[in-house]
Amino acid sequence: MNQLTKTDSNQVKTDVAQFLTFQAADETFAIEILDVKEIIEIESITRVPMMPAFIAGIINLRGRVVPVVDLSKRLGRHSSEVTKKSCIVLVEIDHEDDSQTIGMMVDEVNEILEIDESHTQPAPDFGTDLRTDFIRAMGRVDEKFMILLDVNHVLSIEDMNALSTLKNEKVATPEE
Amino acid sequence: MSIDDIKVVFAQEADELLVEMEDALLALEDNPSDKELINSLFRAMHTIKGAAGIFNFIHIVEFTHPIESEVERLRTGELLVTTDLIATLLKCKDHTVALVEHAMNDEQELTVELKNQGDAILKEFDFDDVASLVSGQSHIAGEDAGFELFDESADDTTSDSLALVQSANPPDLIERIAQSSQDTLEVESECWIISLNFKENALRNGLDPLSFIRYLGKLGKITNILTITNDVPDLDGGDFEGCYLSYHIAFQSDSSREEIEDVFEFAQDDCDITIVPSRAKVTEYMNMLDVLTLKDSERLGEILLNIGAITRNELDKALCIQNPDGDNKSTEAKKRIGDILVEQNIVGKPVVEQAQKKQQQVREQTQSIRVDSDKLGQLINLVGELVTSSAAMKIMVEKHHLREANDVVAGVEHLVEEIRDTALQLRMVQIGETFSRFRRVTRDVSTELGKKIKLVISGGESELDKTVVEKINDPLTHLVRNALDHGIELPEERIANGKPAEGTVTLNAYHDSGHIVIEVIDDGAGLDPERIRAKAERIGLVEPEQTLTRAEVFRLIFEAGLSTKSEASNLSGRGVGMDVVRRNIESLRGSIELDSELGTGTRIIINLPLTLAIIEGFMVGAGTERYVIPLSMVEECVEMDSDEWTEDKKQNFINLRGEVMPFLRLREFFKCTDGATTERESLVVVRFGRYKAGFVVDQLFGEQQTVIKPLGSIFQHLKGVSGATILGTGEIALILDVQGLVQIASAESKIATHNSQDHQELHNT
Repeated sequence: MNQLTKTDSNQVKTDVAQFLTFQAADETFAIEILDVKEIIEIESITRVPMMPAFIAGIINLRGRVVPVVDLSKRLGRHSSEVTKKSCIVLVEIDHEDDSQTIGMMVDEVNEILEIDESHTQPAPDFGTDLRTDFIRAMGRVDEKFMILLDVNHVLSIEDMNALSTLKNEKVATPEE
Repeated sequence: MSIDDIKVVFAQEADELLVEMEDALLALEDNPSDKELINSLFRAMHTIKGAAGIFNFIHIVEFTHPIESEVERLRTGELLVTTDLIATLLKCKDHTVALVEHAMNDEQELTVELKNQGDAILKEFDFDDVASLVSGQSHIAGEDAGFELFDESADDTTSDSLALVQSANPPDLIERIAQSSQDTLEVESECWIISLNFKENALRNGLDPLSFIRYLGKLGKITNILTITNDVPDLDGGDFEGCYLSYHIAFQSDSSREEIEDVFEFAQDDCDITIVPSRAKVTEYMNMLDVLTLKDSERLGEILLNIGAITRNELDKALCIQNPDGDNKSTEAKKRIGDILVEQNIVGKPVVEQAQKKQQQVREQTQSIRVDSDKLGQLINLVGELVTSSAAMKIMVEKHHLREANDVVAGVEHLVEEIRDTALQLRMVQIGETFSRFRRVTRDVSTELGKKIKLVISGGESELDKTVVEKINDPLTHLVRNALDHGIELPEERIANGKPAEGTVTLNAYHDSGHIVIEVIDDGAGLDPERIRAKAERIGLVEPEQTLTRAEVFRLIFEAGLSTKSEASNLSGRGVGMDVVRRNIESLRGSIELDSELGTGTRIIINLPLTLAIIEGFMVGAGTERYVIPLSMVEECVEMDSDEWTEDKKQNFINLRGEVMPFLRLREFFKCTDGATTERESLVVVRFGRYKAGFVVDQLFGEQQTVIKPLGSIFQHLKGVSGATILGTGEIALILDVQGLVQIASAESKIATHNSQDHQELHNT
């Protein structure tokens, strides 16, 4: 019996996936709900100096130190001010056979949507100002397209590391 | 425990024993006659063989068995310790390691390679002389003495008294045996020696000595009987119904002491019986003592009884002597049971000593226990949380002005501090063990390369966290190999350069301001800065016009792709490594430095924090942000706007009591955006090694127990910050990596001066 229900729900998953939608830099994005570990309020973020601007800092998550990425800046936009609605979406990222929790600062979380697989399309080659590898697919909701982000690319530790090394090397150049 | 867990324990123990064996072998080279070292060789092989047998690791048993026999011969003195033998035994050790590893992989069949290797090693032992020894054993000595004599054993180390038996004339002999009947028992022979001294009444009481001796024959082979007749009275006037004969019987048998004693059970009242075990038995007792696992409360008598060295009867008798009144209360002035047993000639002294030693060992063992290091890690994590919670409590109490609670808080804080120190101490190990592993490396490398190298170890008792020790092993191996391979020259070359033929590599460790400093020093060829620079230019690490200080040139060594040795050997020199070494050490929040003098040698200095878990920190504020500086590195704090010294606004250095002190203004350096400049800035002077620098901060918060939390892999390239800590308020403060910060700062100022030079040049043109 159990087995049966399990495969059933698996099938549901492959056809209709659930996505968490949220606002960042005045735009709506979505990530698959299975990537989301937890959503928390922003209490206090400790800035880490000498890091690229998209690293918002670190937070104390029940005794653990977790890095937080400013999603708007990571996507190359300007970040809006932190408001009451701002949240940190905690996701689990694979890194060198290990997984690491990373926080993603967003302006507001909206809702959980079910998007049928048939309603998704691959990312267009151009037309968006995002790096194409950040986009997992385009999801159609009520005749509008929404960018479904690929968390493992957006928050890729290798990629961010490469950027911070770059930053460290030209550490003398003053920031704007 | 599942069988797999037990196997893991086996592997661990085998590993430890093999390390012990290697140490013993290397020590034997200097001290070939040390019995204790040989014993530890034997113990290693014997225990591994035994344990492997339990798990049915046939290959290990097959391999270790002949080695054990060989070591056994060393133990008995049949074989002498030679350098060749040590070399072979070292190979044996390595091969056993391979076999144990193989066995752990659950593979039944031995690979051909391993098998051949093992066979080849075993062939190095000369087994021929074993055969000759065995044949020599049955050789029978002269009959001219008039008695049927004892078998002579081929070995020189056999008892003196037996040697006497052969050579002496009958009257002499009897006398000597009478005299030495005590001494004989001290020495061991191939046979049991049973001495029966019948009392005068024996015959009257219906005992027939002959029948006992005949019965004894059923248990084994009576090789010789010596009848002692010097008690026989003169023919005129004796009582001829009395029994005046004593016998010394040489007896070959596998029976236990108990079984032999049983033979004479009925004669006990009318006969003094002394049974001296054969040497084989004594060895057996010794071995049994070696492998015996004791309960901690076991007494000496019981131990000896357990291994069969004495019988219940004998023990009771000895106990009687020890305690004639049968009262157990007065323990003072009593003889030790072991001494009594030796005096009574029941057991040989070595056996008793071994048993006493074993007893001692067990007592010591109960004082140390083996703990899974994961459990310790968990404990330390929890202590970390406790430190944070206690800080939180303190803040809460202060916030609500609960004055009554102050004492309690102070008490808890004090306890937590002690718990923290004790918990961290649990994981501290001495670096000496890591160091002494390099003795083998040195030995192997010097033989392989035809060099003469001495390894000097000092400061091995310096302690540091086990997690650090584990991670330092690889980089250290690399450095030592480098020193052996590239550093030390060939003997001829050394002599030509006026140096002693034997090179010296020194491993040294000492504590310095909360860090441990490890030095690898060799008196070899040294490094040529010119060549390093040339190589660095060739691979584009530096520009030809760049000026570098000596220290900077040597730092290039730690860049990837730089090796000055033109040919790579199989030991080192492929140009990978030094950068890896540096990375490994930096990942431990440590640093590495190199200094070298062409022709006289190289010194590498590694600086490591003692622990990666909890430190004493000094908290400062820059803007609104808080940072922790390891307290061990803080030299002093001074107010910044004091009149005693002047601050140079343009240059970032001050004159502190006549000393030039470069400083960093943290608020500016970290680009803290918010928080007004405070009027009262402070200068925190930090020190690492010989270097001093100052940090200008806005606020001083004082000492703070700091639980180090790793920042995670996103920040792995971040220099200047080594971790984070959670404050009592739940906020996070960053822990500063002082050395890293200073490096960044000096790199920055270099770029700045470079830029301004460019600027000037531009103006000039």
